[in-house]
Amino acid sequence: MLAQIASGIGLTVVITGASLLIGALLGLPLVAARRSAWVPLRTLATAYIDIVRAIPPITWLFLIYFGLPQYALRLDSVSASIIGFSVIASAYMAETYRSGLLSIPQGQWEAATALGMKFLPRTRYVITPQAFKVTLPAIAAYAIALLKDSALASTIGVHEITYQAGLVSRATHQGLLAFSIAGLLYIAMSIPLALAARRVDRVLRQKLEVA
Amino acid sequence: MIFLDQWISWLPALSPGLGVSLSLTGLCLLFGMPLGLLLALMLEGPVKPLRVVALVVVEVGRGAPALVLLYLLYFGLPEGGVTLSAFATGVISLSWTTGAYASELFRSGLAAVPAGQREAAITSGLRGWSGFRYIILPQAIRISTPPLASLGVTIFQTSSLAFVIAVPELMSKAYALGSITFEYLSVFALTSVLYGSITLVALAFVRLAEQRLSRHL
Repeated sequence: MLAQIASGIGLTVVITGASLLIGALLGLPLVAARRSAWVPLRTLATAYIDIVRAIPPITWLFLIYFGLPQYALRLDSVSASIIGFSVIASAYMAETYRSGLLSIPQGQWEAATALGMKFLPRTRYVITPQAFKVTLPAIAAYAIALLKDSALASTIGVHEITYQAGLVSRATHQGLLAFSIAGLLYIAMSIPLALAARRVDRVLRQKLEVA
Repeated sequence: MIFLDQWISWLPALSPGLGVSLSLTGLCLLFGMPLGLLLALMLEGPVKPLRVVALVVVEVGRGAPALVLLYLLYFGLPEGGVTLSAFATGVISLSWTTGAYASELFRSGLAAVPAGQREAAITSGLRGWSGFRYIILPQAIRISTPPLASLGVTIFQTSSLAFVIAVPELMSKAYALGSITFEYLSVFALTSVLYGSITLVALAFVRLAEQRLSRHL
């Protein structure tokens, strides 16, 4: 039983990891647009972030998996769930970045500009290292939330942990045991994530010599 | 607008589902919030066995996906000899999730009450429970209210998960409608609009209430 449920770990990790990565990358231009001085762009980004987060994840998955094939874009369940969670993650990551950027004093931008740094080097060498340190715990918290949300992929037939637990419970009629194992697996997977984040956070803090 | 005509004709089929989603959310908040407060008090309290029990309930409630908890109770309760309707199982399971998250919000609210308040309560002769009940708790609840309201909005979104255990809420009505009409994209787009508009309006109210509350602080 344990072996079959654990066989879903691979897909759970793939969906969580891929969505987090894509969401983290998409979040970068999104947060830039969200902070843009040009009002239409800012409004658009704000609307995107708010609307994406206002719709439940399961509705996103169904919209993509059942809705898109109507216009000939047929996706398998794994890609559909990665696309769905990437869209959701991009909105949450953009907000995470934004709160990180808000914590950096205005003087840092002014100082970098005064030194003659252009947008890219300023972002790369002055702002990002500081923002990253502040944002990391929030990113780790979101990664754990996304790991748990990835259980929803079972509803569109991805063979991940929850799906396997469902199969086992139907085959053996031991639903309580099967889903307890599934729940413990999720908890067990989020603990190393939390510990690793704390460790990296501490190392980064030492490196940057800040409290 | 063909889309709009379709949507208007579908609304009567979806609105009972929306009603179920809203009552599910309401019941989960009704049971989950007091549960959260109770768990927070158990965690902060002096009795060790209670603390351990509360810790397990909270950590499982927050650590395991809400979907897994739903399945766990849906398949697990009948095994223990308790047979409930899907709706009741959904209420219990989502109240567990609500309570687990709410307890952390109550706890951070309790931690945010300045230590001076505790000391002042003791000096005024309000020791132990009465000091806690009349001095600390009212302030903690006030601090916790905005995040608890946001949690309420999140729980409305989470209620969509009850679809998987065949609760006739909005998502399952939408799925049924989709499998009849084969207009999945349009049906789920309408569902997204319903969820999204209610969530955004509710969040706007939360923000307004937050401003009102913080005006006097």
